[in-house]
Amino acid sequence: MMEHLRSIPTEFFWLFGSLVLLLGLSSAVGAVLVRRPGDAKKAASRANLVERINAWWVMVGILAVAFLTGPTMTLVLFALASYFALREFITLTPSHSGDRLPLSLSFFLVLPAQYLLIGLGRYGLFVIFIPVFAFLLLPSIAALRSDIDDFLSRSAKQQWGLMVTVYALSHAPALLMLPIPGEPGRSALLLFYLLLVVQMSDVMQYVFGKLFGRTKIAPVVSPSKTVEGFVGGGLAATGIGAAMWWITPFTPLESAAISAVIVFMGFLGGLTLSAVKRSLGAKDWGVMIEGHGGMLDRTDSICFAAPMFFHIVRYFYT
Amino acid sequence: MRPSSALLVGFVKLMVGAYARWIGSQPSATQRIYFANHTSHIDTLAIWSALPRSLRSRTRPIAARDYWGKGLRKYIATRGFGAVLIDRAREQADVDPLQPLRAALAAGDSLIIFPEGTRGATSTPARFRSGLYRLAGEFPGVELIPVYLDNLHRSLPKGALLPVPMVCTVRFGAALQLASAEDKDAFLERMRTAVIALSDGRAGT
Repeated sequence: MMEHLRSIPTEFFWLFGSLVLLLGLSSAVGAVLVRRPGDAKKAASRANLVERINAWWVMVGILAVAFLTGPTMTLVLFALASYFALREFITLTPSHSGDRLPLSLSFFLVLPAQYLLIGLGRYGLFVIFIPVFAFLLLPSIAALRSDIDDFLSRSAKQQWGLMVTVYALSHAPALLMLPIPGEPGRSALLLFYLLLVVQMSDVMQYVFGKLFGRTKIAPVVSPSKTVEGFVGGGLAATGIGAAMWWITPFTPLESAAISAVIVFMGFLGGLTLSAVKRSLGAKDWGVMIEGHGGMLDRTDSICFAAPMFFHIVRYFYT
Repeated sequence: MRPSSALLVGFVKLMVGAYARWIGSQPSATQRIYFANHTSHIDTLAIWSALPRSLRSRTRPIAARDYWGKGLRKYIATRGFGAVLIDRAREQADVDPLQPLRAALAAGDSLIIFPEGTRGATSTPARFRSGLYRLAGEFPGVELIPVYLDNLHRSLPKGALLPVPMVCTVRFGAALQLASAEDKDAFLERMRTAVIALSDGRAGT
């Protein structure tokens, strides 16, 4: 424990301190705003803002615990996030009785195994475990039950759920197993960088969208996404990411480019999973985090950004 | 709360969420009979876990003695959630199986019951048995709260060994009472309809 604390780079504490300061400021602004007079619509929108800030506090608190107590705890927390996200996905996916065993195995065997492989540092098995083994074997178990109604569509949906909520999301904590040149603990900062850019991008797009949003990008899929929100919020998040180059192995210019990739992938994640969600007939993925919809509503952008970021770093910087 | 209860509630929340939706009533310490559709072994635990912590110790689920009456299950039922065990199979013909329920109500506890008597294959409840009618008549001061359990039949249906984690909601409806001179069948059908009404048209799937 003490040894782990010493391995945390000092930058981390600066970052966390600033984040707590920023959140404290947001909470203060929120507290003042709710007290101001206004019509019901304004009040509701302010209450929503306060709820979002509170949910952020919870997330920052959880992340702080994860980072301070070490990689094992971080893996456990991400495994839980995958578990809750998969649970939301499977709840909205129609299933037959023949799917019960493959589904139980997805939750209680495949998911823990994927995170265990990260913990053991088995990169080779980690990248193929779900796309090869789970992909081939889980539908086979369902096929043995000889229930052919909607078989392909059922298997495809379950496979999609597993790929997004477990495989893709697990690439975020998998950053911890990358051998980044320099002192130990550097890879934890990369995870921090990824989460910060993704979340900032979400928040900034929300804020820019509220302020200047006019032209909807895909009104049917995601009514809140606008061109103005995406461009303004995306540029702001890219700027923040570029300014964080000093905690990464990247140059400032590279950091800007990589942040732009994260922002873009995060945007696509939100859009694509919103399309998936709506095709399954739901508006929110669940009721996990107050004001943030479900676990998948919060992690959709990380699910898409994490694998890209992971492979960019692995290919170019290790 | 006992540690065994906390562990049990944590497990239920992890498996099926058991999120409470109060539609038409609010959580309250008023003495109540919660009655729900029955599709899974987790039903009892789901309703109990969905209640606020302060209400749990005075709210006692009814559990069938033939399933919950022995071994580890008995320990969970009696120590974990303070169940009232009921003799569903009528092993002793001369004893009224409702007797332990009356005792609990007389002691001021609230109850969780499943008037169908047994688990069904779909979430639409089958015909209600008469126990609810008799209790409602004998304890007119107790509020009757209809409860609809969503999705639990998908998580752990009849005959399944392993649960599939699902997000399940527990919907609590408005308090009802036995009307004066209401006949048994009309009352039971009214109660059953109240449970189905909470399903938002999603019952049956």
